[in-house]
Amino acid sequence: MLRETASQTAGPYVHIGLALASAGNPTRDEEIWNEMAKPEAEGEHIEVVGTVIDGNGDLVRDAFLEAWQADANGVYQPEFDLEKPFNSFGRTATTFDHGSEWSLKTIKPGQVTHPNGRPMAPHINLAIFARGINIQLQTRLYFEDEREANAACPVLSRIESPTRRQTLIAKREEVDGKVRYRFDIKLQGEGETVFFDF
Amino acid sequence: MQDLNKRFVERDRNWHPPAYAPGYKTSVPRSPQQALVSMQQPSVSELSGPDFRHLRMGPHDNDLLLNFREDPSLSGAAGLPVGERIIMFGRVVDQFGKPVPHTLVEMWQANAGGRYRHKNDRYLAPLDPGFGGVGRTLTDEQGWYRFRTIKPGPYPWPNDPNSWRPSHIHVSVMGPSISTRLITQMYFEGDPLIPLCPIVHTLKDPDAVETMIGHLDMARSKPMDCLAYRFDLVVRGELQTYFENQ
Repeated sequence: MLRETASQTAGPYVHIGLALASAGNPTRDEEIWNEMAKPEAEGEHIEVVGTVIDGNGDLVRDAFLEAWQADANGVYQPEFDLEKPFNSFGRTATTFDHGSEWSLKTIKPGQVTHPNGRPMAPHINLAIFARGINIQLQTRLYFEDEREANAACPVLSRIESPTRRQTLIAKREEVDGKVRYRFDIKLQGEGETVFFDF
Repeated sequence: MQDLNKRFVERDRNWHPPAYAPGYKTSVPRSPQQALVSMQQPSVSELSGPDFRHLRMGPHDNDLLLNFREDPSLSGAAGLPVGERIIMFGRVVDQFGKPVPHTLVEMWQANAGGRYRHKNDRYLAPLDPGFGGVGRTLTDEQGWYRFRTIKPGPYPWPNDPNSWRPSHIHVSVMGPSISTRLITQMYFEGDPLIPLCPIVHTLKDPDAVETMIGHLDMARSKPMDCLAYRFDLVVRGELQTYFENQ
């Protein structure tokens, strides 16, 4: 069996390759970016925002993130097409501008079934790439207002420490009548976000 | 259809660089201290991923010699970037050697002088008005991809008092699912900076370093025009599972 090509950090300039607008560079006709849901997409429209914080408590202002989530009915839509109202895949980044927050405009995902037959609580898979990160960190974002589903989620319950499970729960905020969830990712130290191997 | 009858070969995290690799200083505050939580049974959330066949690409998205030309109507050498003209090509396969067709391969790089077109790069080497440094393409039916570009230059960076990155092209490949998602760097065969680089040194196994080397391929070069480097990518192998939950 062949060995997998080894991973390397995405480095400080990942934005020029994978997040052109946020690097201040001209974009192409179609870019893969953070508007996963258009206004006409079915489901509850939400914004998901957050920061990435390093082990010193400082903002990581050069991170690049990828999101993968089911649609409102709990179905993944693999066919990426910017003409569709919803795409399961999106990208976002933190930069030296805009308070160094990343943001995704999406819809709240429905429940997806775990192979053991039980439903998983609604979640968004996130991968974090940045300078200093040698292989992407994989995590899941869950929603604070899904207490019951979260308590029953077979993946969340696999995390031995209940304290650590809390690092995966995004906090609900309402801004100008719109629903927003905040999910700050702590790479290291106190309150360190849970990262997965799969 | 959500195909749950598959899984991917486990990622060998001793082969890949560890999160904490203190020779590469930025990894010190950016590496988790807690153990990763392993999913013994990945779900469709991990086993699926995006398919980019409907992403509309421009005609020069994989041609960095032309995709930043200020005036596309220019002919001949006018407005072309300065540097070694090269073709970078290769095949994306999985660990069983199976080609990975129609997958998104993206790349970005510095110009011939080692300068990135990014507002935070303040290295004194100048920008090239004819060079942007970004490309993307889909692999074909057999897993092949191809870019045309200029060979990037090395550049200094603040790690050790005198650290220089070897010439490299950042390469991003999706593969069939988010489990196979990979970002790496292609280095150029024979570059004496490779063994000196703290980022290369995040890998412990020299054979793993070898997976990141692009090799000169004279047969694929174009006489009197450009040289060619071959860089194959291997993503995690895809297996069918037959006896799940029984």
